Amino acid sequence: MAEAHNPLEQFEIKALVPIQIGDLNASFTNSSLFMVLAVICATALMVFAVRPRNTIPGRWQLIAELCYQFIANMVSDNIGKEGKTYFPFVFSIFVFVLFGNFLGMLPYSFTFTSHIAVTLTMALVIFIMVTVIAFIKHGMHFFSFFLPKGVPIFLSPLLIVIEVISYFTRPFSLSIRLFANMMAGHTLLKVVGGFVFPLGAISAAFGIVPVAGLVAITGLEFLIAFLQAYIFTILTCIYINDAVHLH
Amino acid sequence: MDVEAAKLIGAGLATLGFIGPGVGIGLIWAALINAVGRNPAAAGSVTTTAWVSFALVEALAIFALAIALLILFG
Repeated sequence: MAEAHNPLEQFEIKALVPIQIGDLNASFTNSSLFMVLAVICATALMVFAVRPRNTIPGRWQLIAELCYQFIANMVSDNIGKEGKTYFPFVFSIFVFVLFGNFLGMLPYSFTFTSHIAVTLTMALVIFIMVTVIAFIKHGMHFFSFFLPKGVPIFLSPLLIVIEVISYFTRPFSLSIRLFANMMAGHTLLKVVGGFVFPLGAISAAFGIVPVAGLVAITGLEFLIAFLQAYIFTILTCIYINDAVHLH
Repeated sequence: MDVEAAKLIGAGLATLGFIGPGVGIGLIWAALINAVGRNPAAAGSVTTTAWVSFALVEALAIFALAIALLILFG
């Protein structure tokens, strides 16, 4: 009677408007729809909330100003004075990931950050951008990043190999952290939600337990959504700091 | 042994990967409680660092969960 739905079905990408360019499938999918929604929500927040330019902000203006201040402090704490150049980029990253994660919490919606394709693209863009910036600023001196100061000379070959490997795993750890957190969270919600009906068929008292669990897990997922956006952004700031200083 | 049984055993074994992050998260919050206990004025900045390090450690637990799900459903 109750078919067992695969909890991973919610991550399927469905083409809403099929567009085929030669061999390339460039359709407008549900993932693209939620990316557009995230951008619209973020733009609406920052543009319309700040419209009444009161010196003493009202509620919405306060929210927009707090967002700005939060990221501005993060950038100046982690990158220093040169951080101002990177502030628009860091702010866009934070707001895109944050709204992506939050929009995924709505029922029947789609979390576009739960796909490795999306997060790996963002992480690779950040990684390549940071490496190119480091080369532009420091030229060949960039390679001194892989040999920390005060290391005995006989230890340095091993240490250089370890440092290079850990440098190249940065985009992968950045992307997998975000994608796995989102995917695991939503899969957990679906799995626990799948217990409600079978347990509730036995007795209503048994069915309440998974629902209480769902309430708690949903609260945790909201916290994780914000935390993962914050972690993604602060790691981006740290990588930009590595490129700009300490090379 | 058929593939289904191997998948279930593999997914079960992958959950052993939660031991490390479990210990790690306990250590982070133990250090936080220690630090706030010794110096309550530093609570704000230490707590921020604690949340950042918690997310980094939890990422490893999530990697293990992703491997388990990949083995089970991939």
